Amino acid sequence: MSEMSAMTKKMIQNLAEKLCKQAKHFNKTEAECLIRLFNELLEGQTEKRVGLGLDRGKFRNILHNTFGLTDDMIMDRVFRSFDSDNDSYISVKEWVEGLSVFLRGTLDEKIKYCFEVYDLNGDGYISREEMFHMLKNSLIRQPTEEEPDEGIKDLVEIILKKMDYDHDSRLSYSEFEKSVREENLLLEAFGTCLPDAKRTLEFEQHAFQ
Amino acid sequence: MGVALSRQAQRTTDRQEDAPLNEALLRDIVRFVEQVDSRYTEEAQLVFDEPLLWTTNLQASDFGTEYELSGSSVHSRETDGDGRPLLQLTPPVISVRSFSQLSKLLHLNNDSKTEGSATNRDPVKKILGRSFAMMDGEDPSALLLLNTVNEDGQSRETELKVKLFLILQQLDRQLLNSSVPQLSQKVRLSPAVVKCDVEMLKSVCGAGEKRPLKSVRYTSDHEYSNGCRSPPWRQEFGEIAGLIIEPCDTEPLSVTCSIYGFYLNMPIKQEGEENVKTRELYKDLLTLLKSKSPHFAESINKQHTLDVCVGVFVCVCLCVCVYSKSPGGGTGAEDFSESSSKSEEDEEQSERRGESRTDLPSEYWEIQKLVKYLKVGNQTATVIALCCIRDFNLAQETCQLAIRDGGGLEVLINLLDTDEVKCKIGSLKILKEISCSSQIRQAIADLRGLQTMVSILDSPDKELKCLAAETIANVAKFRRARRTVRQYGGIKRLVELLNCVPDSATLSAEQEKDVEVARCGALALWSCSKSTRNKEAIRKAGGIPLLARLLKSPQKNMLIPVVGTLQECASESSYRIAIQTEGMIKDLVKNLNCDNQELQMHCASAIFKCAEDKRTRDLVRQYKGLQPLVSLLSQTDNKQLLAAATGAIWKCSISMENVAKFEEFKTLEILLSLLTAQPEEVLVNVVGALGECAQRSANRIAIGKSGGIPRLVSLLRETNQALLVNVTRAVGACATEPDNMVIIDHLDGVRLLWSLLRKPDPDVQASAAWAICPCIENVKDAGEMVRSFMGGLKLIVDLLKSTNKEVLASVCAVISRIAKDKENLAIITEHGVMPMLANLTNTVNDKLRRHLAEAISHCCMWGNNHVAFGEERAVAPLVRYLRSKDPSVHQATALALYQLSRDPNNCITMHESGVVQPLIVMMGSTDEVLQEAAAGCVRNIRLLALANDKAKHFT
Repeated sequence: MSEMSAMTKKMIQNLAEKLCKQAKHFNKTEAECLIRLFNELLEGQTEKRVGLGLDRGKFRNILHNTFGLTDDMIMDRVFRSFDSDNDSYISVKEWVEGLSVFLRGTLDEKIKYCFEVYDLNGDGYISREEMFHMLKNSLIRQPTEEEPDEGIKDLVEIILKKMDYDHDSRLSYSEFEKSVREENLLLEAFGTCLPDAKRTLEFEQHAFQ
Repeated sequence: MGVALSRQAQRTTDRQEDAPLNEALLRDIVRFVEQVDSRYTEEAQLVFDEPLLWTTNLQASDFGTEYELSGSSVHSRETDGDGRPLLQLTPPVISVRSFSQLSKLLHLNNDSKTEGSATNRDPVKKILGRSFAMMDGEDPSALLLLNTVNEDGQSRETELKVKLFLILQQLDRQLLNSSVPQLSQKVRLSPAVVKCDVEMLKSVCGAGEKRPLKSVRYTSDHEYSNGCRSPPWRQEFGEIAGLIIEPCDTEPLSVTCSIYGFYLNMPIKQEGEENVKTRELYKDLLTLLKSKSPHFAESINKQHTLDVCVGVFVCVCLCVCVYSKSPGGGTGAEDFSESSSKSEEDEEQSERRGESRTDLPSEYWEIQKLVKYLKVGNQTATVIALCCIRDFNLAQETCQLAIRDGGGLEVLINLLDTDEVKCKIGSLKILKEISCSSQIRQAIADLRGLQTMVSILDSPDKELKCLAAETIANVAKFRRARRTVRQYGGIKRLVELLNCVPDSATLSAEQEKDVEVARCGALALWSCSKSTRNKEAIRKAGGIPLLARLLKSPQKNMLIPVVGTLQECASESSYRIAIQTEGMIKDLVKNLNCDNQELQMHCASAIFKCAEDKRTRDLVRQYKGLQPLVSLLSQTDNKQLLAAATGAIWKCSISMENVAKFEEFKTLEILLSLLTAQPEEVLVNVVGALGECAQRSANRIAIGKSGGIPRLVSLLRETNQALLVNVTRAVGACATEPDNMVIIDHLDGVRLLWSLLRKPDPDVQASAAWAICPCIENVKDAGEMVRSFMGGLKLIVDLLKSTNKEVLASVCAVISRIAKDKENLAIITEHGVMPMLANLTNTVNDKLRRHLAEAISHCCMWGNNHVAFGEERAVAPLVRYLRSKDPSVHQATALALYQLSRDPNNCITMHESGVVQPLIVMMGSTDEVLQEAAAGCVRNIRLLALANDKAKHFT
């Protein structure tokens, strides 16, 4: 902890300069603000190995409270997506780079990000099972329904019919990309994984004030 | 059900004298209301949507501590959500907004004992009266609301309302059960009651197994003014109407309705009125049918129709108050199916639909399935379903119906009320497309979709704004929708959307979005601008300068809605002035040269409407707009474009400078070629333009030489009024050339013109009469020709009875021409032209004055007509014409006065009216005719005075 909080102004500035080159959507001042915010967030963290960055629980809290995400599984996947070195902690670099797409990503970047989130096992395809898994809570269960999962299965079939161009019962990245380019609304087809405009604005106002 | 209610109302009001029964009824209601507070505490707190109002004898002093007194008015401490007091008294009017207050009020009355039952009865009667009044006007919507309560958010309030409704219904049944036997005892039927019964029965007829009846119809379709349908000689015996009723299980019944009741007609016709008494009489149709058709009795009882029929008047009226508005933005939707006959109709409809379901294509079912997911899905599933629905061809009616039938419209519109931007966008994308169907448009308006869309226009999301505006553009194709948009502040918001900077050459991505928003706003305004009051609203919201700025945009898809709106609004003079002063003519002319026919059409149409104004016509010429207009005439395939272009040419050619320009572009030849094989809207404008061009002699001759006259004359046989007005003007203008007149005469054109005087439209009459004038002047043997028209002279004299000033002026002009032929003058004198002309002399219209004076001066040429005018008191008013500001009136008047002054009595009248002074001034005029006439008149007066002097000296 002492290591991070002891970061001098100079160090933050240098770091920000480095990061804002990697994360294209923030300028130097904005990157600085995000680094400071990251440090503030770390201070609340009680865990010893603070040097590694934000842990999963802390990050999920931010996703939920600040960005309005609700689905546990999706939030887990978003964490994985941010955590590019797979060490189960979000480092300051991962934080700034992740937010760059998360808040200000271009459509291309967002398509890539969303596909990564939805490809649960990381095999490069969103399979029928993965879809079912992500959509299983998307319909209100009718008490009268004999087969409550029937609707979900049907919904998955509808999506495959719409997006699975090569009929191999799974979505490749290119299929997903093509569908989203045709209809932007499908970007978050399998669950909300990006903040809405209002939350984005609120966060930026708070962070960059 | 509404029928049954109004019937009940009818009976009650018809029989006010039945005091004991009414009183008993009212007592029961009063008792109920008094108990409501203690028995149904929660329900009683519910606030009525509209207060009950009635007049009362209560004074401020009668109220206790729970109320606040201020002067003579009183209001309760209890208030509703908006802070309005639940009870308010401003003598003598009292308004109450909840049952608990009503009950307290009644207690108050009992305690004080001052008013007693008299006041108690009073309010209740008023409640009933008011409710009946509401029933009349708002019945269908009220029932609709009764049928619908919240589906998703079943709030506490809704529950209370339902409870209250049921309580009231219960009370109503009790009341009716006790009063109906009494009511039906001494009933004398009236036509209105019969009508209600029949309507009610009609509403339960239909196809299907469960229907109680096959059909009900009157034997006679004619309804007499007293409401009876029986012939008058049967009405004498008290008959009202005959009915044929087809039950499901027996032969058709022939029923007679009389004031004594209903009875079956016997198979063998019997005579006389005494039969009425021998037949079995029924008090109402239901009883009759129940006894004759077991099937009817069974089904009607099963469906509780009887309860409904006999009326739930109190409860419904009160519930109208409760329900007249569903809470918040949410739509109501729960079924009161058992209690309303409306739901039966719904069932029937769905059954009917069920029959035809087999022929529906698979898309229908797929869409319905998706609509189901819309209803039960979370945001993610909803977006997926929305995107998939969009994959269908939504322009197809089946798909539109599938969405509507599955209740999808309600869901789509409800989605607009959520915070989910993606759902809103998806929903609007669908609504935008399906709103191309007029049924869907109506339904969207009925579901209050426009209100929500208008509020979305405030959203910060530009895509959302665009979609909302585009959908409004599609929905606002009918008047009610356009009014809704205005009433909910839509016009102002749409005008705000226009505010962007389109003229900079390179646009950033954000600016491009702004331009798109402005384009969508213009599209919506274009639709809305078809209503006059919206045009004004756009102007008041500051739309004109914004439109003027957008008019400079280089994009066609922006220009089309902008110019479309402008040309739509140009029907208002305020816009025409603004289009001129804001410098829009230049841009309109510029866009006449573009390569898009729709845009060209709107520009031409805007110029057409604006060029009534001289300054605008000059501007069009200055900006070199005339040549592009003429080149548009080659687009003979696009009739709308052609109509707009010819219209603009017509109006522009009102200025002679423009006509000269048109001559340069050989417009006349092109116009003449357009006289054949064109639709009426083109022809009207072409002929109008020819009429204006023919005001110049060279053009008149050209028309004659190029053979245009026969075509013009043949157009005199058309029926379109606008066309006739223009054709007569054109023919009249051509007739001023003697060569042309020969052709017109040869084609019997004057007779055709004359026959147009018989048309009812005053514009046609006047225009034809004006055209006749040059004809009479230029044709050979005019007198003979005029006399050859059977009844023609009588017709022209009779037209002097017209009330239209233009007709009168034109007819006077014709009369002056006719009167030049002595024989014809004699005939019109016979027809009584003198007193009729004299009658008109009091007018202040200068045009009429001029032609009237002219006609009088010519008519004086026959016999003692000049004396007759004096006797008809036409002289003094004529003298007043000399004070007119119009010099052309002076000349005609002086000529008439000169003719009249040949009679000594007229001279005296003139002198008394002070004619000499103005005449002396006019003798100094530069107009020789005027000079001469004025001098001649003064001379006649002077001669008379001298003769008078001489006579005096002799005596």
